[in-house]
Amino acid sequence: MLRFLARRLILTIPTFIALMFVTFMLIRLVPGDPLETRSSERGISPERHAKLLHEMGLDQPVWKQFLDYANSIAHGDFGTSLISHEKVLTEFLTLFPATLELSLCAMLFAVLIGVPAGVLAAVKRGSFFDQGLMAAALTGYSMPIFWWGLQLILVSSVWLHLTPVSGRIDPIKFYFDTPTGFMLIDSLISGQPGAFANAVWYLILPTIVLGTVPLGVIARMTRSSMLEVLSEDYVRTARAKGLSPFRVIGLHALRNALIPVVTIIGLMTGALMAGAVLTETIFSWPGVGHWLIQSIGRRDYPALQGGIMLISLVVILVNLVVDMLYGLINPRIRHAG
Amino acid sequence: MPLLDIRALSVDFTTARGPFRAVDHVDFAIDPGDVLAVVGESGSGKSVAMLAVMGLLPWTATVTADRMTFDGRDLMAITPEARRKLIGKDIAMIFQEPVASLNPCFTVGFQIEESLATHMALDSQARRARAVELLTSVGIPEPERRLGQFPHQLSGGMCQRVMIAMAISCAPKLLIADEPTTALDVTIQAQILDLLVALQKQTGMALVLITHDMGVVAETARRVVVQYAGEQVERQVVDGLFASPRHPYTAALLAALPEHAKGARLASIPGVVPGQFDKADACRFAPRCARADDKCRTVKPPRQPANLGEALCHYPLSGGAA
Amino acid sequence: MPADVTAAGLEVQAEALAPPRPLAEFWRAFGENRGAVVGLWIVAAIVLVAIFAPLLAPHSPIEQFREAFKRPPAFMAGGDWNFPLGTDAVGRDMLSRLMYGARLSLFIGLAVMLVSMFIGVALGLAAAFSGGFVDVAILRIMDLIMAIPSLVLAILIVAVLGPSLTNTIIAITAVYLPRYVRLTRASAIGEMQKDYVTAAKVAGAGPWRIMLATVLPNCVAPLIVQGALGISDAILEAAGLGFLGLGAQPPAPEWGAMLSDSREFLQAAPWIVTLPGLAILVTVLAINVMGDGLRDALDPKLRRG
Repeated sequence: MLRFLARRLILTIPTFIALMFVTFMLIRLVPGDPLETRSSERGISPERHAKLLHEMGLDQPVWKQFLDYANSIAHGDFGTSLISHEKVLTEFLTLFPATLELSLCAMLFAVLIGVPAGVLAAVKRGSFFDQGLMAAALTGYSMPIFWWGLQLILVSSVWLHLTPVSGRIDPIKFYFDTPTGFMLIDSLISGQPGAFANAVWYLILPTIVLGTVPLGVIARMTRSSMLEVLSEDYVRTARAKGLSPFRVIGLHALRNALIPVVTIIGLMTGALMAGAVLTETIFSWPGVGHWLIQSIGRRDYPALQGGIMLISLVVILVNLVVDMLYGLINPRIRHAG
Repeated sequence: MPLLDIRALSVDFTTARGPFRAVDHVDFAIDPGDVLAVVGESGSGKSVAMLAVMGLLPWTATVTADRMTFDGRDLMAITPEARRKLIGKDIAMIFQEPVASLNPCFTVGFQIEESLATHMALDSQARRARAVELLTSVGIPEPERRLGQFPHQLSGGMCQRVMIAMAISCAPKLLIADEPTTALDVTIQAQILDLLVALQKQTGMALVLITHDMGVVAETARRVVVQYAGEQVERQVVDGLFASPRHPYTAALLAALPEHAKGARLASIPGVVPGQFDKADACRFAPRCARADDKCRTVKPPRQPANLGEALCHYPLSGGAA
Repeated sequence: MPADVTAAGLEVQAEALAPPRPLAEFWRAFGENRGAVVGLWIVAAIVLVAIFAPLLAPHSPIEQFREAFKRPPAFMAGGDWNFPLGTDAVGRDMLSRLMYGARLSLFIGLAVMLVSMFIGVALGLAAAFSGGFVDVAILRIMDLIMAIPSLVLAILIVAVLGPSLTNTIIAITAVYLPRYVRLTRASAIGEMQKDYVTAAKVAGAGPWRIMLATVLPNCVAPLIVQGALGISDAILEAAGLGFLGLGAQPPAPEWGAMLSDSREFLQAAPWIVTLPGLAILVTVLAINVMGDGLRDALDPKLRRG
């Protein structure tokens, strides 16, 4: 098992190096004066230009620049934002909990509804429920989520006044420290009455919007996996033992059917981040996705570079964790490695 | 009073191309302690009949019978809950692919103890002890270690022993073995069959052995039923069947055994088993029978009396190999 | 054994069992799925609209009608049939923009699918056949592409190259490359282990011939399904980029961009937001449903009966 883990870890290193290379090349490929790309100064005099060039190490050969870049990353320096003049890593870590909170809630939403729905659809194959559910799931991941978000805002917030339009919590009614960055946790520990409920209320719409596509995918995946498993010999054996249908489906079948679903959940992390970019933009949710888009508009290339690097790093790590979990729940892998 | 009494059992499947009758009016009468072999090619419906008894057929199947009782209880009218109390306990079944028939996510011990937990009132320590006992009785060495292993860590023969242990765990009155050795190596086949026969003698349970291998039948059975295309074409005691088969199909099956080969080529039965649309309302074996005439091809054959092997034939064989 | 009896019996049985021709069988299986057929019709309709947009559209998609800002659709109060689906914030006719937008979206989807499939299949075959370092290198690069979230990577590429239609296609192609590479590589490796490939090698077939004539045809079915679904994904991705302002630039009537222009008018003129999104939804849904039908028809395991 440990060997399996170590092997997977080692395999991610070349990916990581390639990632560094790609983000390194990003800034170099942007058309225009390299100095203007890297600093917020404009209209620089020639002497200052040469001085800055030297200071920033831009007169060095490319491979040396790359090594310097790799070196600073190894020390946790992902650059400095041109706009806020904060370290990119600091900005990222400040904003990341918001994205993480939203993503976790969305995934939870998708799993808690998608898995039971998929199981039910498989068990009642061919029924109206099955067909309706699959049609809904298909629609769910066929729609552009930014449009879905806007429609939901229109109906729920504007017409029905059911949910707020943007933000994480009512800024007028509540103000408290946010040590963890997770509004749900911080609102609880702040002790202010109604804060937690308020935080939940603000989370509802963004969660639904971000979670819709994973919901559709998980529901369909669970259904097809379940259908395959239900026709396996060991399910027949379970029935032949006189076990109750709940046990046959909920334990014997589901345990096996969930294995590919868990893999999918892990693989969807990347898609979730992509969705978060759009969702955060719509709801003005102060997370890293929103920040990334703003960086483009503001031509904050160091932030863009560092942000892409860090987001991808998160995805790589999550995939690694999922691989490990997969090894745990699938006994065949556990004993092979 | 037979343990398992079945009269005119038929099973129809709804398929995209219309209804398919897999089992056509078959009868079974199994007494306690009986050993019955059901022989036939693939597609003869031999497994389907037994799956119908267990209630393990998919929703596309329709089961009809004049009578289907087990131990006096009517299996046609039984509620699903009552049926679940019977199967796994009084009636047990083992299947063809032992490794695939065990759940890969759970240990062997878990799966055996699950049977015990469902049907017997034992605490967990007693269940564990019984599981060890069971593994020993089916001939698995180091039973305590095996309990913690997963099916993919065991060989095919071991898995089948585990399946058998699971099946006999609650002392069934009837054990149905659906081609238990077909997927195993020849040497292991003999071991598993010996195990089944020994267990049957020890416990006195009835055993139904479904197989396509006549050699297996000779070793183990007391009575034999030969099935073809969903119908039972002959029913006899084993010695009688081998000495004087009454139905041409049985004779052909026996002639096809390697031991009975005369000359350089093995005898085989030409043609194929009839498919969904080929089932005639006459003798189904006629297209492949050397002795068939027009009557065979147009009129349904009668059921001959017991002294003629209850053969489904117009011209049953007169005795001796055909 | 009277030979004629059994021979005649065999002939009859052989006729009854003759398999139907593959294309006819495929259409029959596809046709069983009513949703897929409906999807096919809708896709055909959209394609026709896209092709004949200049003839069908009532107005030019970029002409601004100064006297008709934010006119509602004809079926709502205040609308008229001159602009059947209303106008946007600068007075452009929605219906015409949607029709021309279909051209853009379908073009992007098709272009992305074709280019990424071509390159992806080539890389996948190269990886499968070369093995060793080439295989590992290609796989690692694909892993990298998959590690970066799709939209983020597309943003990266567009940030470097600049926002435009062509760059959108390039960006999304890069994002979808790994699927085709992995699919082709996995299929090819699976096929290469089969006996008929060994037989071809023994018969003296060179690597190109084996690759293209022997192995590739057998990998085609999953590729077709992936290709169909890839078009819909590409359309969604392109709309996302358009929404963020990184796709085809105004005044191009790209559906995603149309949505982003109008966020501020969500309450006052919701049709400006709703209609382009609906267009995307219907197109993508139709293609997905069709793709599902394709997959079910091509995959014998899932067929019932």
